Amino acid sequence: MNSFIGKRALASAVSLVGLVILVFFLSRLTGDPTNLYLPLDATTEMRDQFRELHGFNDPLIVQFGRYVGDLLQGNFGDSIRQARPAMDVVLEAFGWTLTLAVITMSLVTAAAIVIGSLAAFKVGGVFDRIATFFSLVGASAPDFWIAIVAIVVFAVNLHWLPTSGTGSVWHWILPVAVLFIRPFGLILQVVRGSMITVLGSAYVKTARAKGVRTRPIIFVHGLRNAMLPVITVIGDQAAAILNGAVVIETIFGFPGIGKLMIDSILLRDFAVVLAAIMVSALAIFLMNLLIDIAYAILDPRIRY
Amino acid sequence: MADHLLEVRDLSVEFHTVAGTVKAVQNVSWHLDRGETLAILGESGSGKSVSASAVMNLIDMPPGKITSGTILLNGRDMLSMTAEERRRVNGAKIAMIFQDPLAHLNPVYTVGWQIAEMVTTHGGARAKADARALELLRRVGVPEPEVAMRKYPHQFSGGQRQRLMIAMALACKPDILIADEPTTALDVTVQAQVLELLQELQQETGMGLLLITHDLGVVAEIADRVVVMNGGCIVETGDAAAVYANPQHPYTRKLIDAAPGKGAMPEERDRSGQPLLLAQNLQKHYGGFHALKGVNLTIMPGETVAVVGESGSGKSTLARAILRLDDPDAGRVMYQGRDLMAMTPRELFGCRRDLQMVFQDPTQSLNPRMTVYQLISEAWVIHPEILPKNQWRDRVAELLVKVGLRADMAGRYPHQFSGGQRQRIAIARALAMEPKLIVCDEAVSALDVSIQAQVIELLDGLRREFGLSYLFIAHDLPVVRDFADRVIVMKAGQIVEEGSVRQIFEDPREPYTRALLAASLDPDPQVQAARRTARQEEGLIPA
Repeated sequence: MNSFIGKRALASAVSLVGLVILVFFLSRLTGDPTNLYLPLDATTEMRDQFRELHGFNDPLIVQFGRYVGDLLQGNFGDSIRQARPAMDVVLEAFGWTLTLAVITMSLVTAAAIVIGSLAAFKVGGVFDRIATFFSLVGASAPDFWIAIVAIVVFAVNLHWLPTSGTGSVWHWILPVAVLFIRPFGLILQVVRGSMITVLGSAYVKTARAKGVRTRPIIFVHGLRNAMLPVITVIGDQAAAILNGAVVIETIFGFPGIGKLMIDSILLRDFAVVLAAIMVSALAIFLMNLLIDIAYAILDPRIRY
Repeated sequence: MADHLLEVRDLSVEFHTVAGTVKAVQNVSWHLDRGETLAILGESGSGKSVSASAVMNLIDMPPGKITSGTILLNGRDMLSMTAEERRRVNGAKIAMIFQDPLAHLNPVYTVGWQIAEMVTTHGGARAKADARALELLRRVGVPEPEVAMRKYPHQFSGGQRQRLMIAMALACKPDILIADEPTTALDVTVQAQVLELLQELQQETGMGLLLITHDLGVVAEIADRVVVMNGGCIVETGDAAAVYANPQHPYTRKLIDAAPGKGAMPEERDRSGQPLLLAQNLQKHYGGFHALKGVNLTIMPGETVAVVGESGSGKSTLARAILRLDDPDAGRVMYQGRDLMAMTPRELFGCRRDLQMVFQDPTQSLNPRMTVYQLISEAWVIHPEILPKNQWRDRVAELLVKVGLRADMAGRYPHQFSGGQRQRIAIARALAMEPKLIVCDEAVSALDVSIQAQVIELLDGLRREFGLSYLFIAHDLPVVRDFADRVIVMKAGQIVEEGSVRQIFEDPREPYTRALLAASLDPDPQVQAARRTARQEEGLIPA
């Protein structure tokens, strides 16, 4: 297990280095941030001074060498826009997104597992049909549109909830609810499908021949087996939120990492873009590791 | 009249499918008494498992429907019980074990937990259940029961898994044990051990044992009475020995006649001259596992060499190594004097058509998205020198007729055929190459006895017509006795004994060969009873 984690970490580190190199040079291709930060009427001297200050006058390769040198000392550079260490900016935003992802995915997982399992127990029954209908709608709903409609209805017209920001519990309801819809639809379908297979399996037949009650058949014998394919999808969906709830965060003015990345790219705040990419890459790596560990816990055939 | 322990009276079950209504069993009646073993004998599709599933309430309704009959447990009708009452019967009063115990044990829970669950489900306390599970593991002969409690099903061998199933089934001391093909996937020596365990446990507990099987040998070994089923109906019922000695119904007679292992054995052949195929010192490792430990093999033109052995003996690895489907690590294979291992890919390609293979499971070895015509004519797409394209259609028709199918079936897909028919298609596909040698890897193992007999007859006819050689991999000794010229007995990657069929079956030298033969079941209950006695005296069954 340890050597497995080691190999995975090494492979991820190699991809991360490649990613950093790629993003560093690609972002530099977009041009010089000077004009975006200085007022239109700034003098040429002021512009030169700004470039000198941030090192944009040096050849690219020298800039890259300096960046890597700083990185090795744990220095991710400073945000031009916020004039403080880029990593601080990123971690702050990541904290918000992580909270959002954890809340959303916990709700999604709980709801999808319970509803999906019950739907699978009586395939074609009324409950199954209703659940399948909603999961299909959820999986195919355009979340940006839902987000805007939700703001219009619940915030603008009904005044029940705030339109944006993070001040109170009320501020979380709309973003979580909108982010909930699509993963819920997808995971519900996977749970249902997986559960149908498992409930038709030979060991469930054995459990019935043993006289096991219905509820333990579904939630003890069935669920743990059915969770294996589900976990992969949960991981994917959680990673998607961690990485790129860009649209939703932007619409709700939510100060998460997706919004931060977009803003930083538009304003060519290079240090922040790079730091954000490293943090999300690390998050994805840890996420995949968690999935593998969960697999090993659920399925002893992987352990032994 | 006193009530029977379990009685099925006039039971009919239908399944409603897209293709229409299937009458799975019709007006079936049988009964089981305490301490008795009843066997339900039938081929696939005979409905032999349906009445047991009805007893256990395992039939999904819909699509299933019980259209008539009653099931009486100690005189009480189970079909009029509530679902909760039925649930309490399952496991506590009637327990069931199945074929393929690996699939029937939950892969993610420990063995101890699964056995104890039987007790806790029926109201036992956790600690008591664990103690009972341990006691049962010890009783069914699982090694290191304390350790086994914490292990998972995949960590056991096939025979041990069936012991685990038996332990689980007996946890609540049921009055009745239903065993659905309990030894079908097991090696012969393991099969003998499991059947012996079932008999011992029955004597200890006095339970009624209902055994569902397709194997006359199993019936002969263990059953007091037998019910023979065909097409959802009972065709004959009676004392097992009496039914074998004097079958009343033509179907029973056909089944008994189809049982392999009774024909005349071939005379010893002259083995001088150049062999068709010669394998020397074949070695193969899979990771740390030494699958082939230096195997030598000679096949003469027109000869059938059988390789017998239990699972894990390396017999399939040998077949794959000879055909270079899996390159061996060392050794050489001479085909008509040329070394297959030293050939360039182009030379090997030329030889491929001479060496064909028929696999065990035709459902998996035939591409489901190709028609029979495409499957067979693909041979000529790959080797166009065999046949010009304008003759393909006629030749496919000819081959289909040759293997006992109809020419107009060429446009169908594999799923439209039965298992036996599919295996015929696989044979036709091998024949399309006009090969010199056909390697049959358990090619008849999955087929019903009557179908098996037909396929063997087909292979035999082709041998005589085309002078084909066969390498016949099998675990079923009676079939080998009927079909092969020479027999190679393998164990743990090595050849234990080799000789003509007559020598191996009449005068086996190695103890392992003798144990294999002793464990193999004869369809005649009297022969089986005699062997049982001999076995107990000699102690030939290896532990």
